[in-house]
Amino acid sequence: MPSPKNPYGIETLAVHAGASPDPTTGARTTPIYQTTSYVFEDADQASSLFNLQSYGYVYTRIGNPTVSVLEERIAALEGGRGAIATASGHAAQMLAMFTLLSPGDEFVAARRLYGGSITQFTRTFRKFGWNCVLVDPDDLEALRAAVGPKCKAIFVESPANPGGAIVDLEPVADIAHDAGVPLIVDSTMATPCLCRPLEWGADLVVHSTTKFLSGHGNALGGILVDSGRFDWSATDRFPSLSQPEAAYHGLRFHETFGDLALTVHGHAVGLRDLGAAMAPMNAFLTITGCETLPLRMERHVQNAQAVAEFLERHSSVSRVSYAGLPSSPYYERARKYMPKGAGAVFTFGVRGGYEAGLKVVEACEILSHLANIGDTRSLILHPASTTHRQLTEEQQIAAGAGPDVIRLSVGIESVDDIIRDLDQALAAAAS
Amino acid sequence: MLHHSYSDAYIRDILRSVRTIAMVGASPHWNRPSYFVMKYLQAKGFTVIPVNPVAAGQEILGEQTYATLAEVPGKVDMVDIFRNSEAAGPITDEAIEKAARVVWMQIGVRNDAAAARAEEAGLKVVMNRCPKIEYARLFGELGWSGANSGVISSRRRRIG
Repeated sequence: MPSPKNPYGIETLAVHAGASPDPTTGARTTPIYQTTSYVFEDADQASSLFNLQSYGYVYTRIGNPTVSVLEERIAALEGGRGAIATASGHAAQMLAMFTLLSPGDEFVAARRLYGGSITQFTRTFRKFGWNCVLVDPDDLEALRAAVGPKCKAIFVESPANPGGAIVDLEPVADIAHDAGVPLIVDSTMATPCLCRPLEWGADLVVHSTTKFLSGHGNALGGILVDSGRFDWSATDRFPSLSQPEAAYHGLRFHETFGDLALTVHGHAVGLRDLGAAMAPMNAFLTITGCETLPLRMERHVQNAQAVAEFLERHSSVSRVSYAGLPSSPYYERARKYMPKGAGAVFTFGVRGGYEAGLKVVEACEILSHLANIGDTRSLILHPASTTHRQLTEEQQIAAGAGPDVIRLSVGIESVDDIIRDLDQALAAAAS
Repeated sequence: MLHHSYSDAYIRDILRSVRTIAMVGASPHWNRPSYFVMKYLQAKGFTVIPVNPVAAGQEILGEQTYATLAEVPGKVDMVDIFRNSEAAGPITDEAIEKAARVVWMQIGVRNDAAAARAEEAGLKVVMNRCPKIEYARLFGELGWSGANSGVISSRRRRIG
């Protein structure tokens, strides 16, 4: 396993990366640059900026100083070369595929994904002519066979929401690279504190920063992080990066910007035209969240482990899918890829099926019934009736979200209180 | 020295100490990478002299273009090579001849034998890097485009 080159510890990066004191005012906390646009020095500087010949800000849809700090912060935490912050995690996925695919192309995705990703990939992306092939990421031969000549990427989520399945990233990265395509990992559930996919061979990482990175359930956002390692010009399969870009008078991004090609393209073309920029206020909240990420993740996984062990012993619970439990088929894989803990989101099956599941969710007093994860607060959800209801039952089960399944996102409250609340809710559902 | 990585101090010292850069392979076309780099370095106060036999006699960004390094009048602190790795060999020898203090080879350009000759002659060598990116990275601008500069500082920095 290659070690990260950065000489700083992750706790230091979480607090400092990207955020030197404001050069103009000395403000130590990153200011919220709540502005749409930026005055040019003169006409020549303006044309240089529009030609991408110098660094600077033009319009907040393409770049903003507060947002840039967050981009550098998360790029540093992941060990990446650069990053593009977006309005949401979905926008980050859109931006990645927009950069890599053309109409008629396809990508291979793990079938165990957040339900919203499956819907985005298999329905909405189809309207752009991008075909998504879903496969079981544990079946490496099927994965290899699914990567055809039109394939431009392999996409996995690890751990996968909601079932907590962990992907064997190293061989999956090898399959991607043998086929000449990048591996994209949705690492929302892991965060860079628990797993850094770029160190295991992934080329791109996407996050919904709405979750653990911002961490307080108060700021929507997403980010696409680039390792800077993929050779976009090795073949003619990635024309957005390797071929002349008409809107910039024939500029070739990879030739001009080297390992920053995707980062620059993501702003100058992706955000410019898709328009899904992150708001400066959300970037500020997410920067603040990142500063305590290592501390919060320690507590999240500690509490999650205790709650999972409690549930596994409970008579109303049929099974617990948490890779931190020795009973999980992903236990060994979690020890390899996530030695500090298997995350804080997992599912369990409640005896009594769909109806019992609904009752447990409704009986909680401390756990909040809502469709989010990665909050300081503990959250509970019945996927089959909410986030995964747009899927067929077969797809629900494949995604780890069958009718009796309840999803938890374990927060950082006193663990005894979380356990007591779940215990009374399970009792209420059984009565 | 080994050329797989450079310390920030090594690169910073080079960029702070050179003023006149001869850019071999400078293009007169605005959408070529060399033009981007030349324009950026000019804006940061460097004097950049283009060297390109095809464009000799023309002006690029207000500077006279010369066919060879030897024809460039006056002193040259650094030679920035926008040519392939093989061509970087004889250009490095010309840079030594010209008494330059630094030979800089652009991203994708690496010639270890030439680097060894330059270092033997007392020159500093940077390979497979871009002075525009390194300048921006070390002096605070690169993060403006979402890049990871690798720099952490609790001090107020001069930008640009």
